[in-house]
Amino acid sequence: MTTVLNSLKPQALVSTLIPQTREHWINLLLILGLVGAALLAQYLGERFYVNLASRIAIIAMAAVGLNLALGFGGMVSFGHAAFFGLGGYVAGICAYHAFNMNPALGIGFLPEGTNQMLTIWAFTLVLSGLLGLAIGKISLGTSGVYFIMITLAFAQMFYYFGISWPAYGGEDGLPIYLRNELPLIDTNNRLTFFFVAAAMLLISLWLSQRLMGSRFGAALTMARLNPVRLATTGVDPQPIKLMAFVISAMITALAGALYADLNGFVGPNMLSWHFSGELIVIVILGGVGRLYGPLAGAILFVLMETWLGGVTRYWQFWLGLILLGVVLFARGGLLGLLAGRDKDV
Amino acid sequence: MSEPILRIEQLNKSFGALKATREVSLDLYPGEIHALIGPNGAGKSTLIGQVTGNLMPDSGRIFLAGEDITNRKVAERAQLGLGRSFQISSLAVELSVRRNVMMAIQATQGSSFRFWKPVRSDSALLEPTADILERLGLTERASTLVAELSHGERRLVEMACALALKPRVMLLDEPMAGMGSEGANRMVAFLAELKQEVPILLIEHDMDAVFQLADRVSVLVSGAVLAHGSSDEIRNHPAVREAYLGEETD
Ligand SMILES: Nc1ncnc2c1ncn2[C@@H]1O[C@H](COP(=O)(O)OP(=O)(O)O)[C@@H](O)[C@H]1O
Ligand SMILES: [Mg+2]
Repeated sequence: MTTVLNSLKPQALVSTLIPQTREHWINLLLILGLVGAALLAQYLGERFYVNLASRIAIIAMAAVGLNLALGFGGMVSFGHAAFFGLGGYVAGICAYHAFNMNPALGIGFLPEGTNQMLTIWAFTLVLSGLLGLAIGKISLGTSGVYFIMITLAFAQMFYYFGISWPAYGGEDGLPIYLRNELPLIDTNNRLTFFFVAAAMLLISLWLSQRLMGSRFGAALTMARLNPVRLATTGVDPQPIKLMAFVISAMITALAGALYADLNGFVGPNMLSWHFSGELIVIVILGGVGRLYGPLAGAILFVLMETWLGGVTRYWQFWLGLILLGVVLFARGGLLGLLAGRDKDV
Repeated sequence: MSEPILRIEQLNKSFGALKATREVSLDLYPGEIHALIGPNGAGKSTLIGQVTGNLMPDSGRIFLAGEDITNRKVAERAQLGLGRSFQISSLAVELSVRRNVMMAIQATQGSSFRFWKPVRSDSALLEPTADILERLGLTERASTLVAELSHGERRLVEMACALALKPRVMLLDEPMAGMGSEGANRMVAFLAELKQEVPILLIEHDMDAVFQLADRVSVLVSGAVLAHGSSDEIRNHPAVREAYLGEETD
């Protein structure tokens, strides 16, 4: 009763908006930094950098998805490219059929695609949820290195399928000639599209925050830290982990749909193991199991890729060094370094 | 007497060539403490593991309140009313005492698929947790990480988690190991009181504690029940004395 009353007091409402800890401040700075950079780039007419900010937001969102499985659930998935690519292909294929006005998959009675992002996102969520359920169900029968290998194997299956299915571009991929649309919003405007991406990122961050603070989050945390303890209290760890894997897949897939729209293109590279690996690197760089770790990691990764990648072909060598440093000396990643240890009450 | 709440029938379990459990049959009645004693390596923990479902027996049956639970999962058995503590405590050491106990309370409310309401301010979890911590004298340690606790305190936290389940049976694997004599005395007093609430299958090395607490004692040697009887009968049992003299010389 008292807690209900407390949450209605104005001070309490304000205090949820004003950062309480150093970590909250850093989270806020990361978001303001990203939005500020996009606004500044737009003001200076630097189109490339507006798109780069969108790219960071979308990759960060994909990593937020992975973080739920890897960071909070302890499931090292090396196959999240499968979900990312699935989202990308849903966007690409829907747009392709809408553009050519022919039925989906060449089957007569199916609808003629769509260029509406909301519909595409809904498809993406349903399909990736089902795929996540199937892959998760099978993979969770194993653990450790086997889990890594089996998720990788699933993703590679989709990669080779993407390469060898000629209907949608095969190896060459599939262009999206006209960016998909949202009601009332001009998605073709660079800055507007950035705000769409940033809003999606914020929503996924907010969702994972609620999720991890809830009873489900408490159970997932226990499933990662000590599954025997969780089972001893009477909660089977497997369904909890499976649910987290499914939600994780859905968030990453949604990011994939946005990514295809950002680039106006979807290809098998979105399904490749390189991308799965990059997502893992981003999560580790930012701080495994830290809510805003994926954002910090994505900023660092994309900036290094862009700037160092322009200077030297061997930028991944330097990335590797940094990664080694993080793994050896800063177990909490960037956020751990900046905000200190994660605290529990 | 009434029906036994827990009944173990002719359990067998081998690890490769080692027979860790041989034809063990035991039961536990409401209101009693049944102690299981025996030298190190006798197979006591292995037996508990089979009752809780962490280990699968090769043959034999286990019944809880008349229901066959031999093929149930660990989590299902816990839901049916098996509470336990581990010989080597098994908690989330990265979390606070409170968080560990809250998880057990949450489990009893059957509600781990709730995705929205924060547990931090959930009085349906916090209040029962506070009650149990109070009962075990852990209130001051509620916010301490389990990693920072002594072995004895960890035992108490495990006990708190088990109690939170409001179990029908308690399986305690050396609950006093690692406690000072003062802590052990308090635990004896606590268990003597607790047995009115829930019957206990107790593994314990401290013979004074066992003979003080137990209504019945079974002696396990090399995986088999060597003797079974009241505390007095077991205290004066020649084979038991021999087995224990054998243990004390090494
Ligand atoms: N998982 C296991 N694999 C192989 N051997 C085991 C395993 N667990 C226990 N043992 C062996 O089984 C025997 C009984 O062990 P345990 O039940 O822990 O004895 P107690 O609890 O009575 O000291 C010991 O010889 C031990 O080494
Ligand atoms: Mg033992």
